[in-house]
Amino acid sequence: MSRVAIVVGRRLGELIIVFLGVTLLIYLMVFALPGDPIKAMGGDRPLTDAVVRALRAKYHLDEPFLEQYLRYLWGLVHGDFGVDFNDESVASQMASRWPVTITLALTAWVIEMIFGIGLGVISALRRESFADHAILVFTIVIGGIPVFVIGVASQLVFSVRLRWFPVAGIVYGWPKSYILPAVVIAIFGLAAVSRLTRTSMIETLGSEHIRAVRSRGLSSGRIIGVHAMRSSLIPTATYLATDLGYLMGGTVIIEGIFNIPGVGNLLFQAIRTHEGPTVVGVSTALILIFLVTSVLVDLLHAGLDPRVRRR
Amino acid sequence: MTETVISQAIEPVIVAGKRPWGRTLLTPSFLIPALVLVILLLVALLPGPIAGIFGHGDPHACDLGRSTDGPAPGHPFGFDLQGCDVYANVIYGTRSSLSVGLLTTVLAMAVALVVGTAAGMFGGWLDILLSRLTDIFLGFPFLLGAVVVLGSVGQRSVLSVSLVLALFGWPTMARLTRGAVRSVRGAEFVQAGQAMGLSTWRIITRYVLPSSISPVLVLATITVGGVIVAESSLTYLGIGLQPPAVSWGLELSAASGNFEQAPHMLIFPALFLVITVLAIIGLGDALRTALDPRRS
Repeated sequence: MSRVAIVVGRRLGELIIVFLGVTLLIYLMVFALPGDPIKAMGGDRPLTDAVVRALRAKYHLDEPFLEQYLRYLWGLVHGDFGVDFNDESVASQMASRWPVTITLALTAWVIEMIFGIGLGVISALRRESFADHAILVFTIVIGGIPVFVIGVASQLVFSVRLRWFPVAGIVYGWPKSYILPAVVIAIFGLAAVSRLTRTSMIETLGSEHIRAVRSRGLSSGRIIGVHAMRSSLIPTATYLATDLGYLMGGTVIIEGIFNIPGVGNLLFQAIRTHEGPTVVGVSTALILIFLVTSVLVDLLHAGLDPRVRRR
Repeated sequence: MTETVISQAIEPVIVAGKRPWGRTLLTPSFLIPALVLVILLLVALLPGPIAGIFGHGDPHACDLGRSTDGPAPGHPFGFDLQGCDVYANVIYGTRSSLSVGLLTTVLAMAVALVVGTAAGMFGGWLDILLSRLTDIFLGFPFLLGAVVVLGSVGQRSVLSVSLVLALFGWPTMARLTRGAVRSVRGAEFVQAGQAMGLSTWRIITRYVLPSSISPVLVLATITVGGVIVAESSLTYLGIGLQPPAVSWGLELSAASGNFEQAPHMLIFPALFLVITVLAIIGLGDALRTALDPRRS
């Protein structure tokens, strides 16, 4: 077996442990939710004990906790996310919503990448200049404002007043309906990406291998574009890749403000209505994505940085 | 989100011996944010007299007839939806917002120091166990975890919100602590302590922690700002603090529905929040510069 295979195998093993732990935790939390979903099903008229018992048995709520959890895991392995208390399959509820959230998150991600790296490189090349300070202050100020404030404000300014974008929903499709919410999500990560790019770019520009390339008389465009970028983008790439996983889960607020029918919206409604199975299903799916991206990040890291590969 | 980057940017560094703090800390980049934060702490401790400067210091004294009115004499920030004085609310809100930020950070840091030090110092199966536990909590995107837990907490107070935020805030710091502790564990001054027969407790508290705590402190500083922003977002979602508590998040979420008619309701609390977060980030930055031994 090659070394790479061992590393990948180890990482996958860790992933499974973490996955089991996370799902167990979510299950415990949802289990601890106050209120009884079965009793609430009756609405104003209380259900008879016999009906309550029957429903509990139907949803396996009368079994010990561990048994319920293991049953859920078993279903999950077979791609079954269970049903909610209306007997609707959680997987089918999510299915129509995933493309929306993925589109939104990817759009935001690309915006964050382009502007974050762009601003970072400008900062690094014009270090301590006015532009550098302006970028720093701008990204930090804008990142310090809660995302819902930016969301609501931009919705009013750009959609209601200026009418550049639709106010809410996704009826106009991509890109028209997605750009504004995606920009709002991306703004949050700009400070981090641009700062990370700036720091590592400055470090690389001062390093010996760039001096060596310089001494060979290559054009500065080529030095920055090819040599400096390649080695200084490792931390940025790592961050950006991890961030993609976060973006998926972080769209909850934005999907709410812009009324976008994505997974985040589903999760939030499910928490409000105490739909335990939906909460567990959506969180599990989101966390699975997050964990898989983090493994891919490590592999990417190894691919970009020869020092990591050798270790 | 920001925490991840910052922890990547702050490498654990070995700081042996005493460092000249005074000179670096007497620069504007440290003094200005520190001054801002001292003022905010004063506001949080004594909201009464400061809110009363303009003569209407009671955040719960409201006049529905003046709902969403703009700034007026005696009411510099105007009125909110219920006709309450926005200035008094912002001043009183400072306490809960800062309390959540500081309490969460202190709780998270306490857990992180214990877990990180134990994992880094003793290694072996304890390290494996604690590191996997850290990974499990890191597996939750911060906001997602908080949404799931807070959605199930019935009574939400400053304490319960802080506890939940701390539950998802400690792993980044724990990982950083573990790395820093591991990097000093084998250092000569630690070996010397062991050779002299000092107790493990004494070695950790007197030698290992002081040399490895600086990156954690910097991250903790920045966490305070992140937590304040997170609290306001969660409150906006309806799962943070609840009235009759007064906090910036509550003001902001009430304001966001009426932004068009009454922008002042959103602008003034947001201004306080942004200034606080900026001061905290500035302080963290100054601390990092001051604590970096590679600084020329």
